[in-house]
Parts: sequence; structure tokens; C-alpha cells
Amino acid sequence: MSRDVVVIGVGLSQWGELWDLSLRDIFVDAALAAIQDAGVDRIDAMYVGNMTAGIFTGQEHLASLLADYLGVTPIPAARVESACASGGLAVKMGFMDVALGLSEIVLVGGVEKMTDVGTEEATYALSTAADQDYEVYHGITFPGLYAMMARVHMEKFGTTRKQIAEVAVKNHYHGSMNPAAQYPQQVTAEQVMKSVMIADPLRILDCSPITDGAAAIILCSLDVAKKISKKPLIKIKGFGHATDSIALHSRTDLTLLPATVKAAQNAYKMAGISPAQIDVAEVHDCFTIAEIFIIEDLGFVPKGQGGKASEAGITRLGGKHPVNVSGGLKSKGHPVGATGVAQVVEIVTQLRGDAGPRQVKKARIGLTQNMGGSGGSSLVHILEVI
Amino acid sequence: MAGIVGYGSYIPKYRIRVEEIAKQWGADAESYRKGLMVEEKSVPALDQDTITMAVEASLRALSRAGINPLEIGAVYVGSESHPYAVKPSGTTLAEAIAATPEVHCADFEFACKAGSEAMFVALQLVQTGSMKYALAVGADTSQGAPGDALEYTASAGAAAFIMGTENLLATCEHTYSFMTDTPDFWRREHQFYPQHGGRFTGEPAYFKHITGCGEALLQKSGLKPQDFAYAVFHQPNGKFPIRVGRMLGFSKEQISQGLLCPRIGNTYSGSSPLGLTAILDAAKPGDLVFMVSYGSGAGSDGFIWKVTERIEQVRNAAPLTWDIINGEKNYLDYGLYSKYRRKIIKNN
Repeated sequence: MSRDVVVIGVGLSQWGELWDLSLRDIFVDAALAAIQDAGVDRIDAMYVGNMTAGIFTGQEHLASLLADYLGVTPIPAARVESACASGGLAVKMGFMDVALGLSEIVLVGGVEKMTDVGTEEATYALSTAADQDYEVYHGITFPGLYAMMARVHMEKFGTTRKQIAEVAVKNHYHGSMNPAAQYPQQVTAEQVMKSVMIADPLRILDCSPITDGAAAIILCSLDVAKKISKKPLIKIKGFGHATDSIALHSRTDLTLLPATVKAAQNAYKMAGISPAQIDVAEVHDCFTIAEIFIIEDLGFVPKGQGGKASEAGITRLGGKHPVNVSGGLKSKGHPVGATGVAQVVEIVTQLRGDAGPRQVKKARIGLTQNMGGSGGSSLVHILEVI
Repeated sequence: MAGIVGYGSYIPKYRIRVEEIAKQWGADAESYRKGLMVEEKSVPALDQDTITMAVEASLRALSRAGINPLEIGAVYVGSESHPYAVKPSGTTLAEAIAATPEVHCADFEFACKAGSEAMFVALQLVQTGSMKYALAVGADTSQGAPGDALEYTASAGAAAFIMGTENLLATCEHTYSFMTDTPDFWRREHQFYPQHGGRFTGEPAYFKHITGCGEALLQKSGLKPQDFAYAVFHQPNGKFPIRVGRMLGFSKEQISQGLLCPRIGNTYSGSSPLGLTAILDAAKPGDLVFMVSYGSGAGSDGFIWKVTERIEQVRNAAPLTWDIINGEKNYLDYGLYSKYRRKIIKNN
């Protein structure tokens, strides 16, 4: 890698059920916020993470459309897709562009407009991230896939229903301190365990919501950043990107997310650090059980101990490994294509020390983990304040 | 000043419980009961429809009004379940109550606010002096697709109001209407069941229009929520009217007398008008009543009523709405319900 890459600007649009705004509106809102935060007067290239605007809004050819509405044509722009990990993939593409010296200042955005369709259509749109021939055709949906993963984890490691619920309790507690959170209401474990059944054992409060939202970051080389940025510089110290079968039944161990394990190993290796050195992490809690898998696969806790760790408060703000202090996908919201970028926005905010009541004290190194489908793709980024 | 001379309500005696519908679809009854705040809903019998229920409610309104039906100059029926696509419901109603032939007749349709629309127009007509009395009815045998969330609430009922300018039991102090093009709920020609925009039917639809109408009505009248003895809002479920009331500054106590949905479901065009009948059944002379309807598409009609001393004389001339609700009830299983609602379609 020829150049160090830093994040010099971050921005979020409003998140929620934004029925009076369009996909282009929210993307431009987030992008302008990031540009203003960075204090730059131009961008040289743009990458946009988006899962399936074609189904949600009927709109493809996104990169050019958004470049036009942001007023940055004719710069090169690309939309990248890796299901729910599209945002994380866009961050990687932007990183590569700057690291290789192709562009000086790159905007990485993520956007999803999910509420222009009804719940059934949204469920269908999301199911396109699963294996159509061997999973979806037989009637499975994502809550069903994660429910099966939860069952296996419970059976093999004795993970309890309450331990799984504690992930929602924690993330809603964190989200209650985040003004951007879609569902900042706090919940109790009992409320989670008594909420509407979705796919046994997962209930509605185990699931991340349907969200309209966009996120954006500005990347540039360390040399440029030193000249133009007045804020703490946040370096992307390492990344990892891995794939796995998207069909759950093709995996040999249903209690493991091999793509996340591999992506994390590569990111740690590149950054030259160990999991114990991560001060704060934003991970892909599309369902509560997913966070339990992920904290194990990132090496924060031993395999099988994720449930106990969640119940013990290890991943809570103030705990040994604060996870999803933004509220995570669960409370903050999950506009799928935007999520991977929004995770970086939160980590940068934390590493700058700007996170207010949800600030992790003395946070210097942060990690993001963004995942597609039931784990068929995973991206891990490690960031450090320099 | 224009107002109400007589009013009447009608609710079929058949009921189906939320549990019975949930059982059919393998759904969690408790979450529907809590989520919608509905226990059971009314169901029309096989030989009942919007017209028959409109007739029943109108006859009761006539009993309270104590007028000669030939003096009624207009008959308006608001519904989204008029039995005929072409041919008015109002003609049969006018004939049945002996108001023909010197009478203007029209059917109204605006999702759940068709009833209050009819009331609005009837009020204006008697106010102008172009006729002595005008009859306005909100009635529905509303439709909910099998398995849809609407099936737990879509019910049947009717409320009738005879408007005039003399011998009023309640005067209409102020009106206000609020309308935008908001497609939250619709049923196209030849479709059995309506479609809806899920959560979109909440904030940008129901709440926006009722608060928009309600706030303007308060401002126009110079009154505060505390000035009212009662308030009634459209009732698609039990929760929404309580929440929208709170948003406007009304307490649960002001709303409870007119809150019928938890016990009979959503009677659509009959919803807030039926709530008003329950309030008039209990109100004292001088009481102020705040009313805002809601119809998808979308709009709200707002009324401020002031109850007069005549209410005491005519109240018991017809059955009281809560007595009807608490009276004889026949509970249906899903099979009979399907038959009564003509959901069973023979394929030969």
C-alpha cells in the first residue's frame, strides 16, 4: 500500500421512516454533512454502497444519479453492492482508491430508502441477499435463518433466551444516548422476551428495523489531511474482506461466521494489533443473536461465550469491550446500504471524542464489522486516531 | 344556528373476538389485542348492509327528532360499502323512512370520513335556509382482507343525524375541514378488499390530518381542550384516538365515553359519528363536544357541538349506544363469520 488513508469528514442524514424525502434527498444530506465536516471544496471520486434501490425504489444507475444531485459530475462514481455489507464494501473501495493514489479526496456514501414499499415487499427485497434457488424458494426469510443460527448456538453452548435479549437491552440503552437513533426507547429483557414472535426464538425486539437513511465519509491521504484538516485525524489502520457461502446449509459449522473470522484476522494482521486492543466496536447486529456470533468471531470473547458476555455487561458502555455504543442496527436503525458507512461515522465520532454521553473514554482504536446476508460477506475496518 | 335535532345509532348484535380471528391465522391474539387495543368487533348479519343499518339508525334519529319525515329536504349516506356501485343507498333509505319524493339525495364516499362529510353538508344546507331538515348518515359494513391486520377491526355500524335550525339538542358552534392528497389506504374498482400503506397510515396520514384539523378548529374557536366535556376522534383502533387526543391536549377521561372501537371495532364511516351518539347519550346541557373525523386519501372534518337542554327530553326516545353495545350479543366462530361476511366464494 503506497499511502496512508484517513477519514477527515463524516455525515449522517436523518434516519427513520422518511416518507417525505427521496433516496437522492437523504444521500445528498449525508454527503453535504460529510463535506462540510471535512471542510473540503471538492471531491475527486465517489463510491456509494446500496443494496437494492432497484427493488425498493425502482432506481438503478445510482452512482451517476447521486453524483448529479450532489453537483459533482463528471467525477468517477460507482455504486457497489454486497447486500447488507454494501456500505462496508464502499469504504474499502474508497480506501483502495486513495491508498493507490488514484484520487486525492474521495467521498464514500451509503444509502437505502426502504419505506417506499410495504413490509411484504421489503421482506422480499431483503431476501434477495439469501440464496434464491436453495433458500428463498423454499420459503425462508432472514429472521428464519438467524432463528436457526440462534437455536444451534443455544443447543451447543447453552446460550439462553435472556442472554440474547440482553443484546437488545444494551443496544437500546446505547441508542437512548444517540440523537440520530430511529428507536431510542429503552427496553427490558422481559419486554424483548414477550414481544411479538417473528421466528422462534426471535421476537420483534430481536430484529433491526426497516429504515430510510444515508451516511457519508470523506477519505484522503495522510499528507493531504495534514494540510487541510483541523480535526483529529482518524487513520484506517487495517481492513479485512472475506466471503462465504450465502446459503446457511452449505456451512460446516452453524455457530461460526467464517467470513467474519477471516476478515477480522486479515484486519488485525494489517493493523498489527490484537482484539484486546480494540477500544470500541460497531458490529452488524441485524438480529440480537448476530451480535453474539460476531463478538465471538472477532475474538472479543471465546467461542460460545457471547451470550454470557452480553449478560455480564462486557459489551456495554463502560465494559471491557464496548460494542455498538451508537445503538447498533437494532436501535439506531438499519438502512442496509448505509449501515457499513454509518459504523465508520460512529467510530470516527468516538475516536474524535465527540460522542457526548455515549463516549467511550480514552478510545484510540475502533473497529467496524459489516456483514451481508447471514454472513456470506463480511468487512472489517480498524481505525486509529493519530 | 344549525345543529342536531335528532340522532340514532345502530350496531349489529353479532360479534367476533380477536382470539377467534387470530386462531384462524396462527397469529398471536395477545399482540393484536394489545397492539390495536381491540377486544372484539361487530359483524353484520347476512341480510344486513349499509342501507339496512342506515334505515335502523335513521328511524331512531326520527324518534328523537319527533318530526314529520316529509319535512326532510335532503338524505345523505356516507359509506365506503354502499351495496351498489351504481344506484344510491340514499334512495332506499329515503323511501324506507317515508321522506320521498320531495327530497335531495346523494351518497358520499371518502373512506372513513364519508359520514362526517354527509353531516358537514347537511349542516350547511339547513344553515342556508334552503330546507328545514337534512338527514346525514355514516354507515359501513367495512372490509378487511382475510389475514390482514384490518380483519381484526373492520366492523359494522351506523349513526344518523337529523340537522335543523330549531329545537336543537346540540348546536354546531364551529366546523373546519383539512384535506391533502395522501394515498394511505384505498380500494380500487372491482377489488374485494382495500390495500393500505402499513405504518404510513399513521404519522403522515391519521395523525397529521386529525392534528391539523383539530389545532385549526381550536384556534378558530378560541377554545382550549379543557373547555370541552368530551372529545371524539376517528377510531381505526383503540390506541390511535387516545394518542391523537393526547397530542391535541385532551385527556383519556374526555375521550372514553365516545371510544367504542375496543368493543365494536372500526365502523369506518360510522366511527366518530357513532362515538358522538354515545357522547350525546351522556352529555349534560351546556357541555361542549370536540369531534374530528378522519378519512384515508386523506382528510378530516372537525365539529364543535354545544349540547342544549333538549337533550334531556329526547335522549331516551331511542336506545342508547352503550346499551346497544352491552346488550344482546351473538358470538360467531370464524366459519360463521366467513359466511356472514360472504368471504366463502363458490368456485363453480
